[in-house]
Amino acid sequence: MTKRTTTQAAAPDQHSRAASLELRGVGKRFPGLGGAAPVLAVDTVDLLARPGEFVTLIGPSGCGKSTVFNVVAGLEEPTGGEIRIGGEPLADRLGASAYMPQRDALLPWRRVIDNVTLPLELRGMSRREARGRARPLLERFGLGDFVRAWPWQLSGGMRQRVALLRTVIGDPALMLLDEPFGALDSITRADLQDWLLRAWASDDVEGVGATVLLVTHDISEAVLLSDRVYVMTPRPGRIAAVIDIGLPRPRTPELRADDAFVALERQVRHELQRAITERGEFSDQEVT
Amino acid sequence: MNTLRFRTWLPPALVLVAAVALWQLWVSAGHLDPQLVPGPWFVVWSTWDDQANLWPAIGTTTEEAVLGLLAAAAAAFVIAVAIDTWVPVRRGLYPLIIASQTIPMIALAPLVLIWWGFGLVPKIVLVALFSFFPVAVGLIQGLAATDPDSLNLLRTMRASRLALLLRVRLPSALPQFFTGLKISVTYAYGAAIVAEFVGAEQGLGLYMYSAAHAAPVATDLVFGAIVAIALLTIALFAVVAGLERVAMPWKPRG
Repeated sequence: MTKRTTTQAAAPDQHSRAASLELRGVGKRFPGLGGAAPVLAVDTVDLLARPGEFVTLIGPSGCGKSTVFNVVAGLEEPTGGEIRIGGEPLADRLGASAYMPQRDALLPWRRVIDNVTLPLELRGMSRREARGRARPLLERFGLGDFVRAWPWQLSGGMRQRVALLRTVIGDPALMLLDEPFGALDSITRADLQDWLLRAWASDDVEGVGATVLLVTHDISEAVLLSDRVYVMTPRPGRIAAVIDIGLPRPRTPELRADDAFVALERQVRHELQRAITERGEFSDQEVT
Repeated sequence: MNTLRFRTWLPPALVLVAAVALWQLWVSAGHLDPQLVPGPWFVVWSTWDDQANLWPAIGTTTEEAVLGLLAAAAAAFVIAVAIDTWVPVRRGLYPLIIASQTIPMIALAPLVLIWWGFGLVPKIVLVALFSFFPVAVGLIQGLAATDPDSLNLLRTMRASRLALLLRVRLPSALPQFFTGLKISVTYAYGAAIVAEFVGAEQGLGLYMYSAAHAAPVATDLVFGAIVAIALLTIALFAVVAGLERVAMPWKPRG
């Protein structure tokens, strides 16, 4: 947190826009198909991310994490509760956050640089100006040699970096990262987590300093990157535990071997297992 | 790459050469009446000698085929976008478009001639009728198959419906559009010639009709026209394949 404060002081125009995110009792019920009973995907989720905080939502597959995301992004409407961005209950949330979907969703017909500039172009910036802004960032993201490459020419790790750069380039107040490294092999994933950590620690990358909501099922990733971890139960999802990650920033990859880090990992794993088994017993009772 | 290409075209070329050689041998041996089935060598030479008549015919029919394809592509584009954009249009129109394929298009040729006379227009209309369906279905399915993740991503960037169409749906539908167009190319010359059979002032259809009704019958020129149509269709197919590459530079080659 102290790091964030100094960063903000150094470049107030970049980070002053970081917005808080607050979910109060957010739930999502999908209508049943063909006369089936409605499906409760998300029960109630309460969550708070203060401006500039990195907050993670962790839970087993199918717990409704992605539904929470789509609701926050404004792609879907919640059937219950309230979502506040920057303190305001926003009815139309499209464009209020920058969204990085689970699959990179790079457009195959756009070169790397033009995938990155997409949000700027849609905002009305000229292609020339947008490219000018993207070029130095591509260098810093280690993509300098692939500016004019097509997406199919990139490795999985590079594609995710392009997708992340596309997310940060608009200097968003709030970023939603939906399992950004979930599809990668474990070596590439660890590499990208370390890289993201370093990028976050540097002062001069746009978008860094934004409030971040990350969804993952990778415990180590959650502890390494977050200020706070929310543990979700299986479907219908609700928050089972909140764990503060008090590790000081800037953090380095070497932190993974630290006793405090390992203890936090154990704590998250413990809460996760408890959330799963409790819900499991509960559903057994329902069946009998 | 080179050996791969060699392997692609060499076997069919060998089969073709063998078939033509067999045909020539069979005719030369006197098993067939050269009036009914002239040998390939004779076909090539007599068609070559008739160039003065053949070239204008090729020009006319090619114009009909190309303009008809363009008209079909334009109509398919408008209708496919409308079907993809408005659900009522989709519900009302799409089943009818599919049902319309039960009408034998050849049977429409006399009707088209009654309405538009003997000039260029009825030929373009008939070629377009033949070519419309594959292009339209390709585009409609291509637009519908757009990656929902990409669409959602652009929606979170507050992209307008027009932006979604231009930046995601249309580029994503291009491969299927070209697949449809390549199928249509193989119909285009045939459709133009059918229209010319019914009534025309010039063209390959009329050229064949005249050769078949000449006294003595000029079977060699009918064969020559058939070969010309096949070669022209291959050429048009190659042009469309070239356009496909230019339109989609992001596709890996090979």
